Amino acid sequence: MRMSLRNISTLLGAVIVSVAAFCAIFAPLLVPHDPFAQDLTLRMVPPSWMVGGSPAHWLGTDQLGRDYFSRLIYGARISMLIGVATVIASGTIGITLGVLGGFFGGRVDDVVMFIITTRLSIPLILVALAVVGLVGSSLTVVVLTLGLLLWERFAVVARTTTMQVRTLDYIAAAWAAGCSRSYILVREVLPNIIHHLIVVATLEMALAILLEAALSFLGLGVPPPLPSWGLMIAEAKDYMYFTPWVIMIPGIALFVLVLGINFLGDGLRDMLGATRDA
Amino acid sequence: MAMLKFFARRLLLALLVMLTVLTISFALTRLSGDLAISIAGPQATQQDVEIIRKEYGLDRPLPVQFANWVISAAQGDLGRSFLYHEQAATLIRQRLPITLRLGLGGLVVALTIALPLGILAAMREGGALDRAIMLVAVVGQAMPSFWLGLVLIITFGLKLGWLPVSGADDWHGYILPSFVLGFSAVPSLMRLTRSGMVDALASDYIRTARAKGLSRMAVVLKHALRNAAMPVVSISAVQLGFMLSGSVVIESVFALPGVGYLGWESISKNDFPVVQAVVLFLAVIFILLTLLADLMNAVLDPRLRAS
Repeated sequence: MRMSLRNISTLLGAVIVSVAAFCAIFAPLLVPHDPFAQDLTLRMVPPSWMVGGSPAHWLGTDQLGRDYFSRLIYGARISMLIGVATVIASGTIGITLGVLGGFFGGRVDDVVMFIITTRLSIPLILVALAVVGLVGSSLTVVVLTLGLLLWERFAVVARTTTMQVRTLDYIAAAWAAGCSRSYILVREVLPNIIHHLIVVATLEMALAILLEAALSFLGLGVPPPLPSWGLMIAEAKDYMYFTPWVIMIPGIALFVLVLGINFLGDGLRDMLGATRDA
Repeated sequence: MAMLKFFARRLLLALLVMLTVLTISFALTRLSGDLAISIAGPQATQQDVEIIRKEYGLDRPLPVQFANWVISAAQGDLGRSFLYHEQAATLIRQRLPITLRLGLGGLVVALTIALPLGILAAMREGGALDRAIMLVAVVGQAMPSFWLGLVLIITFGLKLGWLPVSGADDWHGYILPSFVLGFSAVPSLMRLTRSGMVDALASDYIRTARAKGLSRMAVVLKHALRNAAMPVVSISAVQLGFMLSGSVVIESVFALPGVGYLGWESISKNDFPVVQAVVLFLAVIFILLTLLADLMNAVLDPRLRAS
């Protein structure tokens, strides 16, 4: 029973993430309409199962007459891109800092801890908004900003796990065998903490996707007319009182994707034997 | 003596972090290139730009500007708003009560949900109830807070008409935003309560208490909870800090004119001194809250001071 429930959620997570990745990669082949094509004669058409819906637009159209289903598929592309790119950037920063601090200890570790403490005290969303607002909004700026801000969990976990690994026998053996410091870091330490970091990567990917949506919702994330799910919710906000589906559709998509990533992360945590704190 | 040394070290760290944040918030507003041009706006002539450059001291070298900013910030002068022609510190002070009410309301909501569920999960560790509660945590983590806010506005504000959809006229206006803000802190607080309780329930003194014939409920509430509560209390302080800085999103969704809303407004209107001031203000609050949490822990648990 215990195994089966966890297996179901892990499987569900894997399916959700795979579907989102598939949509992201093959978006141009999957969409029935051009996601940017406006048709002012067909504005706010409800989804096909509702009264007034049209079979041509399965999820209806938005306030500019753009096909909602096509925009949703392209939105998956933006969310996945943000998630993966942010994790690559923040993972590189966080793992480097954490491994260095955990491996060398002493003064190096003090500096690493100071940087982590400082990062934690910076108001995340406000600073992200400010950077995007001041530099100008684009997909690249959002990825770089989030990458520069979301590394602290990588650093904390990499530091703790490196400290545990550092004292183990095979590291001593590598020293004794005359391996260089960088060889030991890259070939001995990193492979033995990577399973913890993969779990952190899923958490951070989910967080990055949620933050991008929040930034875009506040008008300081991905610029229009790109179909970011957060931006779709922002643009639909004025109409939500009369036609709630306009915010329900992108909102549910966002929720399901993030839930799927978290399910997958929890499953990986069990499979790889990573700790709860990771 | 050990206690004093710990306090001194911790205080020094807090001061260093504060200075770094001061530097970052200064650098942040210099990201956009020439501030004078941004302030003057698109219609300004070269002459206007020069006047503004002098007026705001932007013609001085960067190190001098930075020194001036640090000195005046230390004296409580965070600069003047271009938009409101008022001290940034005054603007923050006017809006602070709203954000504080929201943050404290959020903390109450978070603890009211997280503590009972965390305790319940720990008492049924590994059981169906435990797994169901942990599932709630994962689902809660995946919920985009701004979207949850909108859905609640539609449901309770519009369809049912029970609560106001925006504004801070009376306490009714805080119910939905506090709930959404608190909800985001539930998963982490709940996990912490659960793991603390699981550890406490497995320890020797609990077995002793049970052996003395105390009821299970009495043991859980009197003995185990007291020990499990300590990390929860200190993390609550940290979570309150996260919630105050997360108020940017919630205040915008519910149109509550608090500090977060001020920050967002000044970013979208290029009101740099206020952006700088709000970033600094929220960071300092967070630093003070974590300092408080650490000191509280050190007083309550002497083991921590040793390390």
